[in-house]
Amino acid sequence: MSRRFTPKIVTANDLLEGDVIYLTADDRWSRDHAEAELIEDEAHAEIRLIHAARQSGSVVGAYLADARPGPSGPEPVHFREAFRAKGPSNYTHGKQSERHA
Amino acid sequence: MYTYSEFDESFVRNRVAQFRGQVERRLDGSLTEDEFKPLRLMNGLYLQLHAYMLRVAIPYGTLNGRQMRQLAYLAERWDKGYGHFTTRQNIQFNWPKLADVPDMLDALADVGMHAIQTSGNTIRNVTADHFAGAAADEIEDPRPVAELLRQWSTDHPEFQFLPRKFKIAVTGSPTDRAVTKAHDIGLRMVRDAGGAPGFEVMVGGGLGRTPMIGKVIRDFLPKADLLPYCEAILATYNLLGRRDNKYKARIKITVHENGLEAFRDLVEARFAEIRPEFSGVDQDWLAGIETQFSPPRLSDADTSEYDARRESDPVFRSWADTNLAPHKDPSHAIVTVSLKKPGNTPGDATAAQMRLLADLGATYSHDELRISHEQNVILPHVHRADLPAVFDALRSAALATANVGLVSDIIACPGMDYCALATARSIPVAQSIATRFEDLKLEHDIGALKIKISGCINACGHHHVGHIGILGLDRAGVENYQITLGGDGTETASLGERTGPGFAYDEIVPAIERLIHAYLDLRQGPEETFLDLYRRLGMGPFKDALYGDAARGRQADAA
Repeated sequence: MSRRFTPKIVTANDLLEGDVIYLTADDRWSRDHAEAELIEDEAHAEIRLIHAARQSGSVVGAYLADARPGPSGPEPVHFREAFRAKGPSNYTHGKQSERHA
Repeated sequence: MYTYSEFDESFVRNRVAQFRGQVERRLDGSLTEDEFKPLRLMNGLYLQLHAYMLRVAIPYGTLNGRQMRQLAYLAERWDKGYGHFTTRQNIQFNWPKLADVPDMLDALADVGMHAIQTSGNTIRNVTADHFAGAAADEIEDPRPVAELLRQWSTDHPEFQFLPRKFKIAVTGSPTDRAVTKAHDIGLRMVRDAGGAPGFEVMVGGGLGRTPMIGKVIRDFLPKADLLPYCEAILATYNLLGRRDNKYKARIKITVHENGLEAFRDLVEARFAEIRPEFSGVDQDWLAGIETQFSPPRLSDADTSEYDARRESDPVFRSWADTNLAPHKDPSHAIVTVSLKKPGNTPGDATAAQMRLLADLGATYSHDELRISHEQNVILPHVHRADLPAVFDALRSAALATANVGLVSDIIACPGMDYCALATARSIPVAQSIATRFEDLKLEHDIGALKIKISGCINACGHHHVGHIGILGLDRAGVENYQITLGGDGTETASLGERTGPGFAYDEIVPAIERLIHAYLDLRQGPEETFLDLYRRLGMGPFKDALYGDAARGRQADAA
């Protein structure tokens, strides 16, 4: 039996801003990890990634990252993705400052 | 200081114009990311975790007040009001927007600066002793040679697609403040039997995943042979260096795999071929550069104001004792301005701080500033009578921390707070260590100690040459920190040795504290530094302190 598929999200950086972005189920790019489409099926994940990679005019470096369901949407699994979703720890810059604003 | 010639000016402007066109073509879809990426990297533009990052070269760490003020302007106009000075004498802006970068590069060109070859498999920013031209122990100012190397290596057609990046460091002093032994080529100025200055040439040093101390390929190279000899090394490496495996592509591996003797023979053969082609134009050129680095006219005014303040103000005295270095003129001092206030990010300066430093440099240091690989700012030529005024001004901007060379003067790479390559964070570890020892009030008692932290094996934080090195790794999805001890980046260079298993994020600061308490308990007196003690007693007592006697016993049984 094959290993159980870990749910994924599609993430990338915005071409203009460089900001971390997430592919949503309705084909938008959101700045918020919780709005990402949580993909539970491996084949579907591949299709979504191809779809993302085709948008090279606006996004850079799309890839699949592990995620898990949370109360308000998908949450990062690995600490790298948690930092990407939040911003640096030495200043309240990046996404955390946007949330304050 | 070197001022751009018309050629430099038009070259840099041309590159900005080219890059402006490249960005436009990327934005209108004419260029794919795969096509654009090498173009942006050639101009110092990375895409990191949260944003783009622009890396600007500060050649051999030297800049004037106007340039520093322009960096402040960039920080405020296009970034978030600060810049990060790096271990390679560069400054990084962490939040630029792609469409703004050509304007940033134009603003840099306005003051004779650029971001060319701060990335890619080329010859990178040539680094130098940050006390160059001022140090009491110097043979000659190494910066004219560094500038010659900068001009020679910029857009050198033969060396734009090397197997891997290539870093050259140069020092004019027997005391190695430029970590020359950890560079692809290290140049250390020495004199021959007749007293003429030349270079001891080292090759194949480097940190990263396979750390190596540079090997001496030439004991003495006459100054006039520098360019052809460097060109011979680069040409040999360019042919011989491995392109099949990124991790074996640096010259240190080339030298290691082929052997120093074989590598040297090839270099010498190539050198013999090309030496006659160097007709002496390069030396005429060097002479022209040297006139631009003529030493400042130093005042011989009375220094009693300094002595009086030193006598009456213990806070000033502590700062002076810690942050000043001997200048070649005894009535002057070299001031190191610490960018390591405990709790702050090592190497970060706000725009306001940069402006103040620019003003202080212009007023008190013959319009010269330096950036050290230890991520501090230097005012190289300050008359002692001006030190009280400099100190007061620095204090008003939270820049008067008296910790240079001490436990909180930590080198830290950006780590996973910014860097896409990082495997763990470095900055908060540095912040926590510095804050902890500030609370303990032990810093001055501990004395000379270099802690260096990298957030991945690429070792931008120089952890291998830290007296205490810390390497952040990802162990099964959790940050984990390995400790190395006994590293040294000076003329007595050595690589640190791993203590054993790593520590979790919340365990690393207590572990460092245990190491330092062990040192304080065991040292023969304050004159025996941490590194001295390590060299006398070895790893044993530090392992005990880190892992306990029991753990050490188990390891001995297993061995």
